[in-house]
Amino acid sequence: MADYILEMKGITKEFPGVRALDDVTFQVERGEIHALVGENGAGKSTLMKVLSGIYQYGTYDGDIVFNGEIQKFNTIKDSEHKGIAIIYQELALVKQMTIAENIYLGSEITNRGLLNEAESYKRTQKVLQEVHLDLSPTTKVINLGVGMQQLVEIAKAISKQADLLILDEPSAALTETETDNLLEILRELKNKGVTCIYISHKLGEVFNIADSVTVLRDGKTITTKKIDDINEEQLISYMVGRELTQLFPRKPHKAGETVMSVRNWTVYNPELPDKKLIDNVSFDLKKGEILGVAGLMGAGRTELVMSMFGAYGVGISGEMILEGKKITIRNPENAIDAGIAYVSEDRKRYGLVLRQDIRFNTALASFKRFKKRGFLNDNEIIKQTERYVKELRTKTPSVEQLTKNLSGGNQQKVVLAKWLVTNPKVMIMDEPTRGIDVGAKVEIYNIMNQLIDQGVCIIMISSELPEILGMSDRILVMHQGRLTGEIDWQGATQEKVMYYATGGTKGNEG
Amino acid sequence: MKADMITKPKSDDSAVAAIMKSVRGNIRQYTMIIALVVIWLIFQILTGNFLTARNLTNLLTQSSVVGIAACGIVLVMVAGHIDLSIGSFVGLTGAIAANMLVKQNLNVWLALAITLLCGLALGCWQGFWIAYRQVPAFIVTLAGMLMFRGGVIGVTGSLSLSPNNEIFRAIGQNYLPNIIPDAGMNITALLIGAICLVIYWIMTFRSRAARISYGFQTLSFPIFMVKTLVISGVIVGISFVLASFRGVPYLALILGLTVIAFTIISTKTAFGRHVYAIGGNKDAAVLSGINIKKTNFTIFVLMGLVTTIAGICYASRLNAAAISGGQSMEMDVIASAIIGGTSTLGGEGTIIGAIIGALVMASLDNGMSLYGLGSFEQYLVKGTVLLLAVWVDIATRKKG
Repeated sequence: MADYILEMKGITKEFPGVRALDDVTFQVERGEIHALVGENGAGKSTLMKVLSGIYQYGTYDGDIVFNGEIQKFNTIKDSEHKGIAIIYQELALVKQMTIAENIYLGSEITNRGLLNEAESYKRTQKVLQEVHLDLSPTTKVINLGVGMQQLVEIAKAISKQADLLILDEPSAALTETETDNLLEILRELKNKGVTCIYISHKLGEVFNIADSVTVLRDGKTITTKKIDDINEEQLISYMVGRELTQLFPRKPHKAGETVMSVRNWTVYNPELPDKKLIDNVSFDLKKGEILGVAGLMGAGRTELVMSMFGAYGVGISGEMILEGKKITIRNPENAIDAGIAYVSEDRKRYGLVLRQDIRFNTALASFKRFKKRGFLNDNEIIKQTERYVKELRTKTPSVEQLTKNLSGGNQQKVVLAKWLVTNPKVMIMDEPTRGIDVGAKVEIYNIMNQLIDQGVCIIMISSELPEILGMSDRILVMHQGRLTGEIDWQGATQEKVMYYATGGTKGNEG
Repeated sequence: MKADMITKPKSDDSAVAAIMKSVRGNIRQYTMIIALVVIWLIFQILTGNFLTARNLTNLLTQSSVVGIAACGIVLVMVAGHIDLSIGSFVGLTGAIAANMLVKQNLNVWLALAITLLCGLALGCWQGFWIAYRQVPAFIVTLAGMLMFRGGVIGVTGSLSLSPNNEIFRAIGQNYLPNIIPDAGMNITALLIGAICLVIYWIMTFRSRAARISYGFQTLSFPIFMVKTLVISGVIVGISFVLASFRGVPYLALILGLTVIAFTIISTKTAFGRHVYAIGGNKDAAVLSGINIKKTNFTIFVLMGLVTTIAGICYASRLNAAAISGGQSMEMDVIASAIIGGTSTLGGEGTIIGAIIGALVMASLDNGMSLYGLGSFEQYLVKGTVLLLAVWVDIATRKKG
């Protein structure tokens, strides 16, 4: 019989009106990396909250057996104490504090009541080595990128001598290299005997690193398999409960005349005005095409499009020509008036007012267009909102639902509705399917295809290579603020994109 | 036919249940109204003469100045700012009006116009620093609190100025004339009540008809009628109360117009919606093309406008402008807004809520005075009510 470090048996957790977990069984063998997958809302996060003690003992049915004992956690501290460490999607570090202070936050090393900084630096250095971070313990977290912050979190877990490490969507904000690095570190930890639960939407990573995988769907355990006994299509079909015939609904588009041209676009960093972020970028956008922009994190893709949208950068030079006319954009208001829309990469932070309803958010970028004799025409707002709820198939009981209560995919649809109301000619979509489950992703892709049919052009930034390859008609690749490659979709391969993204230039490919 | 037979009786049976459900669903909105009614009943039992036409009219005039300023602070706080300068601002604009009348001997209308212009200029001054120089509103208005208090001392010359001007005094102390002077009741009040009622009915029925014509969800007819009748009852009640005493105070009229104007601004204009967007999520507002600077500037200009109106009303009501005029009024105004449901974090709040908050505060003052309690108890109770109101809000929010 297998040696289980963790057995969750018959876990049922109910919220008013919803059964989030329904008799879930989840068993993790000691020393393995166990992937937990499922669409958004499948119950992964709820299960982990039960495990970590956020939902305390007694608020759920069933048993948690950890290291052979039934556990009754009342707080997250209880589970930490037993050796369970959880690293959330939203990192829980205090940005203004140093790495060492963060690692020992809440369990400070003291000497007769005073902090023993020397000792905490020494120990921090040791755990930082384990995660391959060559940084001083006195570095402030605010100066670290997301990838490094994640490693600091893992170092924190190591410092607590966790037996079981839970990572919730660790690679969501990481570049490919950072992800590879993370996976490598997890393998090393595994060799040292640490067990790991790895929650991810990225199935490539799951197959890359996991020993076994458990699929949750609608709060139920669907299956647990050894990774060698399953392939990607089977896994997806377990997740969505149906065969996904075509994840990327590619439709043949016919590129028409040039709608927008960007010439010699150069942008400097607003915090470091000497630093060039975008260096002499020129490209054309044609009617009826999805122009993919690929590149590694920090390549300047978001900075490029945000500066075009008037929302970022200083010392901007170069010109933009839209439908044959030169346009000057000083702020997002100018951009929207010119017919440019920008779906940002972080819808909760930059896209929606979460405490307001779908109606408010749909009109957010165009209140001025809903005027009737100087006052807002509420009925027209509701009419447009209902139209887009229907057209984009947003799942909601009513247009008066607060957007914070919607799932990620439906929130993204509200953001899309907000921009469609402005009647854009060019839609810039930055990571349009980040953090969205598989089913909703396909819906977003279908919407993109519909937009193209309606004559809107799309610029799509994506960090997921399959998405770039699957949806773009043409792919621009960026590296350190420059355009290093342009590939037609028929000739595009992951290798080619990566070649340009890591700094290869046109002409001397190989 | 068949469908008709099944659905019709069901909707009739469930009308009462639906009303109960609607009340339960919006319990938080009704909490403060219920609290207000409870406070009134307690004081009526304790004093025996709280719920008289005379005292209720007094209550309305007492809460007017704070209520007028509260209309502005709701926008300020919804956008995520604060205004600490209200008290000094009220004192200063009141002093300017008094100075124009007493020292400069100006015509009363000219004096009022100059005061309003000065107030707008002060609003622009604060708005400029907050919106275009990005100094936090807390600092700008704290500075304003000190500077404007200095201004009061300068404008009054450290004296108490009493304008004694008929028209000026009337604003804060008189009532709209009765169109039938010898009638047993004040007919003007009844007439205004009737006009409000008719306008209210026309507006609600038209908006319902419009929603139906667009095919939108509407309240079921019985619930709609109950809601309409309850609000109609409140309008009729207020006008009868005012009519049985001396009629409609000019202060109440000014308060009413300010409330209507600011309710329209906050809910029915692009500017108003932008204020809520900025307070709810500033980053999203920027990327949605909302001009943050212009919106913030406008908020403080409007704040300057209502504070000036409040200042004129305040000086007129006391018929005096002294160096301590308006002192610490900002606390009452901010407390009213918070009790009325305005979020201290921005993004949420309503004008009518703040007015109910102002009524709660004024009722506590008035009732405790009637009962013979002094400032000691009044401050204690008001502080406790503020604390409890916010706690109840947080506690109910967690559950929901």
